[in-house]
Amino acid sequence: MSDGLAPSPPQPRALSLTTRLAVATALILSVGAVAVTVAALTYGQQASREAYDRLLVGAASQIAASLKLQDGEMVADIPVPAFELLALARDERIAYRVVDQRGLTLTGYDDVPLPPDDVTPFYEADFKGEPLRIAAVRQRFAERAFSGTVTVLVGHTLLARRALAWDITKGALYLLATAGLGMAALAVFAIYSALWPLRRIGRGLSERAPNDLTPMDIAVPREIQPIVFAINGFMGRLDRQMTAMRKLIADSAHQLRTPIAALRAQSELASGEDDTARLREIVGRIHTRSVGLSRLADQLLNRALITHRTEAVARDRVDLRETAIQAAAETDQARTAGAETLRLDLPENPVWVVGDTLSLTEACKNLVNNALKYGVAPVTLEVRESGAQAELIVADRGDGIPESQWAEIGERFQHQGGRAADRAGLGLAIADDVAKAHGGRLGFRRPAHGRFEALLSLPLAPRGAA
Amino acid sequence: MIRLPLALLIVLLTGAPAAWAQSPPGLEDVGTFGTADGATVLTIRSTTDMDALTPALESFAVRTPGLKIAYEQWNSNALYSLSLAACDGGADHADLVISSAVDQMVKLVNDGCARRYESAATAKLPPHLNWRNELFGVTREPAVMVYNRDLVAADEAPRSRFDLIDLLRPNESRFNGRIATYDIKTSGLGYLFAFADAHQATTFGGLLEAFGRSGAVATCCSAEIIDAVADGRFLIAYNVLGSYALARAERDRRIAIVYPDDYTLVLSRAAMISRGAANPNAAGAFIDFMLSGEGRRALTTARLVQPLGNKDAADLGFPDGVTSVFRPIALSPVLLVGLDKHKRKLFIDRWEDVLKPGPRSRTPRTDVRLQPRDP
Repeated sequence: MSDGLAPSPPQPRALSLTTRLAVATALILSVGAVAVTVAALTYGQQASREAYDRLLVGAASQIAASLKLQDGEMVADIPVPAFELLALARDERIAYRVVDQRGLTLTGYDDVPLPPDDVTPFYEADFKGEPLRIAAVRQRFAERAFSGTVTVLVGHTLLARRALAWDITKGALYLLATAGLGMAALAVFAIYSALWPLRRIGRGLSERAPNDLTPMDIAVPREIQPIVFAINGFMGRLDRQMTAMRKLIADSAHQLRTPIAALRAQSELASGEDDTARLREIVGRIHTRSVGLSRLADQLLNRALITHRTEAVARDRVDLRETAIQAAAETDQARTAGAETLRLDLPENPVWVVGDTLSLTEACKNLVNNALKYGVAPVTLEVRESGAQAELIVADRGDGIPESQWAEIGERFQHQGGRAADRAGLGLAIADDVAKAHGGRLGFRRPAHGRFEALLSLPLAPRGAA
Repeated sequence: MIRLPLALLIVLLTGAPAAWAQSPPGLEDVGTFGTADGATVLTIRSTTDMDALTPALESFAVRTPGLKIAYEQWNSNALYSLSLAACDGGADHADLVISSAVDQMVKLVNDGCARRYESAATAKLPPHLNWRNELFGVTREPAVMVYNRDLVAADEAPRSRFDLIDLLRPNESRFNGRIATYDIKTSGLGYLFAFADAHQATTFGGLLEAFGRSGAVATCCSAEIIDAVADGRFLIAYNVLGSYALARAERDRRIAIVYPDDYTLVLSRAAMISRGAANPNAAGAFIDFMLSGEGRRALTTARLVQPLGNKDAADLGFPDGVTSVFRPIALSPVLLVGLDKHKRKLFIDRWEDVLKPGPRSRTPRTDVRLQPRDP
């Protein structure tokens, strides 16, 4: 407990949400930009290659179609439109060559490199010191004078391709830059608006009155609701604790006032008494009152402790059998030996619940003490599982509490004040508080005539929970 | 300008009379301009008559102190071979090559023999006169018809190719055997014009047929053809380079000139800086000069730039309204087709079949298509 109140050591300042979001968004945008740039480059190159390759094939096909046999010779009557087609790429140098199957140049440039094999439609090669893209179109002849394949090679330098590829890429990049700026602006807006509810919560909290512990009623996005829930849960716990504390103080004051007033009256009486026998009697009464008062104070403090612990102490897995043994031991210690005996009836396997050992033990002790004090021996303390519930049962052979008071057992103590006859009520109230704090309840039953059971019923711990 | 007889120059350069025999074939004239012992030497090899280019060369030399211009005039095929050899490392590089055989120039650029050059002036050239920033069209010379004013009445003279075909149609036409044009086998320019004609219009087939039927004469060289027209040996010459014809018409009133009004081919001599140029900056500066106002005036005086229509003569583009008549020969790789070995042989075979005089055995062959659009 003291740990929780100690000033927390200074934490290294965590990266702000805005920075995180900005960095993440910038990262996503840059990755996207790189991807789009690569795609644009690839697309630009491919588009321009396809466009200009068509010119090459068109021209080569026209030349191939102009091939004919004349006087037994293969002759290319190159049509002008073939070169007009090539000249559409205005600034390109043109290389062309018509070769027969022996590799003999029929016409054109002798030094245009031949294709690497017989099927390649396009290839790249150097021609007079400049790289060239070449299309190869093959024309088969089966004539009396000429049989075989004539290959028409038509090539272009790469200026226009590169220019077009760059143009396409550039267009895409301009678009990308514009889109990137737009997205960045949107991202700024998105980050700002996404963080807005947090600022609202902060403002809502700081504007509250210091003693206002009611739940916050702020409309927030679903993602931020857990924070509001947590804050509200925290404030609820704070509120309950404050209420319990106030109640405790009020109750305690109320409980203590009567016995202290009685003590005062007795001591005043004693101070004016000369008769020794009478004085002795008065001192005896003062002693009895003091013992009662000290037990009351004990129980009030216990209750305060339990109330605090139910809210403030972390819960563990608790074996109810151990709780019972502990309670029995402490009860025995407090009582004189040879008094009414307490029987334990425990199962062989652990009965796990989630809770606070001390509170549970205290509740158990209170039930046992009540039974020992007001019930009829023998008193039995039993632990068992019943369905999804763990049950801690204290049974005796007396009449127990009248059935009409069962329902209000938790309240009874407050309403009736701290008379001695009602001390049982305080112990039961503590047991009731503990049961409720553990999600269970305190119950009573009379299963057979001459048998009364007080029963603490708690949910079993989920299997495997810590 | 220092000008020496070619033979004497070569003797002086080589120091031996025996060198006469070694005079490079195709070299027609040489000369130097500017500072004789200039630190910077700009070597220009060109097909252009040195006389025609002299005003421009002198004017440029004056503007550039310390520059010596060495000018060599070559015939087009020799210039092409020499430039190709230089490109392959087998000959000295010129700094600047200017040729009217623009198809050969396109081939040189396509073969990577040229050096890139960019300036404010070249950037203003229309696309068909600037290829790859390596080849620039610097002149504007129409291909014209020339006739003898004394022998052909103005109202009889053909205004278009259709008129010419009509003149040649009658069997007993007095024009039979008296029409001249370039021999495309020996004249690169003639081949270029004929090839351009073949792809400009469908008239070419009819024209060629008319030439064949009427016994038109294919002969060499602008000067000779124009002389023959002036002398009356020929009545009409077809597809003569306008710069020569106009210069001659100024001096000789017998010569009349017609811009065919179906379409007129317009040639722009092409200039390129050699890849291995020793002095590319001076070469670039000379290109800029030829495209500048002063250069245009010098070239216009020499008839190398013809005002077409009546718009700004310095503008190398074509004025609106006459675009449909004037057809520029674009500096474009399309011109490579005409240089193709097979294409050229097929084209020349067809031409000679029609125009060679006397009985000759026609070799059987498949159809040679000379329509402007092949399938």
